[in-house]
Amino acid sequence: MTKRKFHLGRFVAEIVVLVLLLIFLIPFFLVVVNSAKTSKDILFDTLGWPANWNQLGTNIGLIFGNHTVHYAAAFFDSVVITVLSLAVIVLFSAMCAWALVRTHAAWATIVFFLFVAAMVIPFQVLMFPLVRWMRILGEFIHVPTLQSLQGVVFAYMGFGAPLSIFIFHGFIKNIPYELEESAKIDGASEAGTFFRIVFPLLQSIIITVLILNGIWIWNDYLLPLLLLGSNGAVQTLPIAVTAFAGAYLKQWDLILTSTLIAMVPVIVLYLFAQRYIIKGMIDGAIK
Amino acid sequence: MHNSSLTKFLFVVPALFAFIMVMVVPFFFGLYYSMTDWNGVSETISFVGLIHFFKVFTEPGFLYSFLITGAFTLINVVLVNVVGFILALVVTSNLRLRNFYRAGFFAPYLVGGIVLGYIWQFLFNNALPTFGKIVGLEALEVSFLSRSDNVIWAMSTVNVWQYAGYIMLIFIAAIQSVPASLMEAAKVDGAGYFRRTFRILIPMMANAFTISLFLTLTTSFKQYDMNLTLTNGGPAARFFDEPVKASQLLAMNIFDTARANQMAEAQAKAVILFVALVIVSLLQVWVSKSKEVEQ
Repeated sequence: MTKRKFHLGRFVAEIVVLVLLLIFLIPFFLVVVNSAKTSKDILFDTLGWPANWNQLGTNIGLIFGNHTVHYAAAFFDSVVITVLSLAVIVLFSAMCAWALVRTHAAWATIVFFLFVAAMVIPFQVLMFPLVRWMRILGEFIHVPTLQSLQGVVFAYMGFGAPLSIFIFHGFIKNIPYELEESAKIDGASEAGTFFRIVFPLLQSIIITVLILNGIWIWNDYLLPLLLLGSNGAVQTLPIAVTAFAGAYLKQWDLILTSTLIAMVPVIVLYLFAQRYIIKGMIDGAIK
Repeated sequence: MHNSSLTKFLFVVPALFAFIMVMVVPFFFGLYYSMTDWNGVSETISFVGLIHFFKVFTEPGFLYSFLITGAFTLINVVLVNVVGFILALVVTSNLRLRNFYRAGFFAPYLVGGIVLGYIWQFLFNNALPTFGKIVGLEALEVSFLSRSDNVIWAMSTVNVWQYAGYIMLIFIAAIQSVPASLMEAAKVDGAGYFRRTFRILIPMMANAFTISLFLTLTTSFKQYDMNLTLTNGGPAARFFDEPVKASQLLAMNIFDTARANQMAEAQAKAVILFVALVIVSLLQVWVSKSKEVEQ
């Protein structure tokens, strides 16, 4: 009898949590449902089921076909910026962290301390001088740094470095030095030792660094807004979404559909790589 | 220089160079600009001393933003951690679908503040009033975003919704690192569920609370994206008989000051934000750490 009661309690708990989760996810549900309605239907039947799901295709077509906001181009730029930034962050942060761990000199300690200290600096205190400084820098080296892809990727490399180096540093410290020593005895160069022995060992922590930086860069707004402008040649999705909402005030069919399109890649990635993402977030938070 | 140390030095250079260019140099320029008459238009910039730092504290809009940012941060620090902790307890229990719940509660964190702001603006302005009409709850029929005394709570709701799942993940790792034998032993000794949670589990995971409090504190204090797209500072309110924007957090106040070409004032406010953030987070970590030692 007690055993049955216990199971009943667990069943009730299961149902309660499930209902809570469904309530928790209602915002996503309403975005999907209302992205498949006309502007009029949204106002008069906000909570109802869409009359015709084909409207979703129509709305998506309206977004990508829009001439004021180049959504497809922004989507493409967002992907390119995120991928390139992640590549340079992972490569150069790992190289830097390894060199700092394996250098027993005062300068290495000072540099590492500098990276750690910089993590408390809020973007707000850097953003205005950054724009001015990047313009000066670009004029000096004759490479455009504002409204350009390379400028944003370079900035993400610099802003992503402190946390990424901190995470790599903690991980590399625990890799036994003997592995590298034996490679060196076999005649491998310093660089060869890093790329052939150390870098492959970093795989699991690289996933953590990719996920932490990837979520940040994909969703980031202020940095691309300041370095690219709100209607420059290079755009990102968050900027395009705000441009849409600004141009089509209260036209929720278009605004919600544009947010849906911005969310889909992340959600799809999450569905497939959920295990890695959750593990990566936990590892990154504890370090 | 030895050949191998030269290689290591060269390995440090790319990341260090980018870091110095986008963080270190702008940081010191920023400190300098906050003491100048920089307006973003004129090319010549001259030193004026600390006047902006005194002037901004006589500005009602800035003081108000400072206060509500403090309130917003306090609400979030409490609610995000309480909700995150409860969620962590739920998904580490013996429920059958716990991995599914864990994935679901974390999902909002993946969506950026800009997108979330629009989604919740729609919820508050359209979905909730419609729901209120259907079930006959008049309290819901007026959007929370248009009530100046409730708008901070509306923003905190969105913040809790976004971050609770993330904080939950930190707590899950901490709960799983507490030895099961310890909890079993307490159970055998007759300690009830709540007693075990408060007397053993929470003290054992004090380190996780230090991290989660720090994260919720800093992210709330710097909040901009969601603020911009959810309320854009509105509605109007009054503070010391002066018109202010009821939900304009500090970061937005800084940005709007810069938009009005008062670059030096905006920079001074940003420096104040930085100093306040450093002081508050150092205090928090110091208090948390001293609590950790007590165990």
